[in-house]
Amino acid sequence: MSLLQEHVLLRHRDIPNIRDIHVYTAHGGYDALRKALNEMQPGEVTDVVKASGLRGRGGAGFPAGVKWSFIPKDVKPVYIVVNADESEPGTFKDRELIEGNPHQVLEGIALCAYAVGAEAAYIYGRGEFRGPFRGLQQAIDQAYEQGFLGENILGTDFSLDVYTHLGAGAYICGEETALLSSLEGKLGQPRNRPPFPAQVGLYGKPTVVNNVETLTNVPPIVRHGAEWYRQFGTEKSTGTKIFCLSGHVVRPGNYELPLGTPLRYLIEECGGGVPGGRKVKAILPAGASAPILPGDKLDLPLDYESVQAAGSMLGSASFIVMDETVDMVWAASKMVHFFKHESCGKCSPCREGTYWMEDVYHRLRDGHARPDDVDLLLSIADQMDGNCFCLLGEFSLSPVRSSIRHFREEYEMRVKRMGIGD
Amino acid sequence: MLSQADRRELDDILKKYPDKRSAVLSALYIAQREKNYLTDDDIRDVAQALDMTVTEVHAIVGFYTLLRKEPTGKYLIQVCTDLPCALRGADDFYRRLCRRQGLPPEGGTTEDGLFTVEEVVCVAACDKAPVAQINLEYHEHLTDEKIDAIIAELREKSTEGVTAG
Repeated sequence: MSLLQEHVLLRHRDIPNIRDIHVYTAHGGYDALRKALNEMQPGEVTDVVKASGLRGRGGAGFPAGVKWSFIPKDVKPVYIVVNADESEPGTFKDRELIEGNPHQVLEGIALCAYAVGAEAAYIYGRGEFRGPFRGLQQAIDQAYEQGFLGENILGTDFSLDVYTHLGAGAYICGEETALLSSLEGKLGQPRNRPPFPAQVGLYGKPTVVNNVETLTNVPPIVRHGAEWYRQFGTEKSTGTKIFCLSGHVVRPGNYELPLGTPLRYLIEECGGGVPGGRKVKAILPAGASAPILPGDKLDLPLDYESVQAAGSMLGSASFIVMDETVDMVWAASKMVHFFKHESCGKCSPCREGTYWMEDVYHRLRDGHARPDDVDLLLSIADQMDGNCFCLLGEFSLSPVRSSIRHFREEYEMRVKRMGIGD
Repeated sequence: MLSQADRRELDDILKKYPDKRSAVLSALYIAQREKNYLTDDDIRDVAQALDMTVTEVHAIVGFYTLLRKEPTGKYLIQVCTDLPCALRGADDFYRRLCRRQGLPPEGGTTEDGLFTVEEVVCVAACDKAPVAQINLEYHEHLTDEKIDAIIAELREKSTEGVTAG
């Protein structure tokens, strides 16, 4: 069930056991690394990634090649840090890549390291990925044995060590500067930017921080070229993207599609539609962090620009589908609970604001809402807006504001029915 | 307390990093894994091994949700009840599990001290809900029957261990 003849990223869906290095190499695996080391200067690898239009798949959508080009040439060592702290509600794509197609991830890391002159890479996984990371470590060991990692890779003077590192339960560590702090053994709290990690990153050294899926795109780009890659997607949102589909659909799961594919195709063709023929009431396109889209947006093309124009964000493309039975106050309260739980405590607008918002949601839930509670939620959101240290706090406003914007009557019902709890 | 074997394992981990304190989460995980929580002695051992202060390590333990200072069952069952899982019945699944284990809705530890049940936020398995991690291993597409069978098996294994020991 896909618009693609074969997957670019989820290749394990087409080629059984591609997690084994022998199967991977038999299907063109590590050819891109061989090509880069034998035929390309490091700068040319960055150039082809730039030309491909590949944008960061962790959520921000920043052009990957441009990010790499910020690494200074005269400061050593340079580090690669791979963000596998996949913790956004509704997101489960990096885990599938790590479990199903780990060598493509590793080859992407090696290509990135060659491009920017790094000799060490750390893959930072969320602490819950202890199981998936055992398999990843086996893949790393195989890559060392076969000469694709370690000293003098493929007989060249390029060397790279790849290490795994597990966190211990903190959503904030998906934010790149918090991740670096955590990797350094400090509290996983965000840092000021600038300086950006490209200048002052891990251990104070220049560092590329890329998402797992971003790097998994790099081997096919280097192997087949930028033009080949640009056949997928739109002019500005190039390539394929893994869409995580969850919630009220018949077949939840990961679906790799060209960017720009209509939302209806994802939900109806891939996901099999809503169970029981019920209607789509609302969609979260980027987990808990982006504004809710109302259910009449099914013809929206799923690329960065179109989703933004519709008032939300594509982000990590984690689509949570809610049918007409869902109480939107309840749904918003779930997300506010998430952000309150995950607030790192560094800045007071987020630490206190998420706490106050959850307090109001508890009143709404328990039938003790006050007449002005809906406006109070909006007022808290206005006070937090623009004042949080990092995006976590800003993201926490999205479910509150967008659920009130589209479904205010459900909040008013709760207020009117004071004294009636769940 | 870190055993000699634990310390050797930690020495291997330290080779990955230019700075010892990068190993703090790994060291705490090693110290915690047998009993599922950390004592003050564990925290002191980790601080000494990594040239950190005890206060710094306590702060780390307080920050990360997978590091625990309260006594916890031998098996920690963490059920995801975040929005995507809740849309597929995880809230009710969790409440029923607590009830069958004789626990209040907010979870807790069973009388025999074997199982701690709690709800957690997203664990990156939303398409396989209801889902739980038991001592950080995934158990997916759960039903009441499946989780009961897993719990029964673990309980039997633990009882055998006690008898044999």
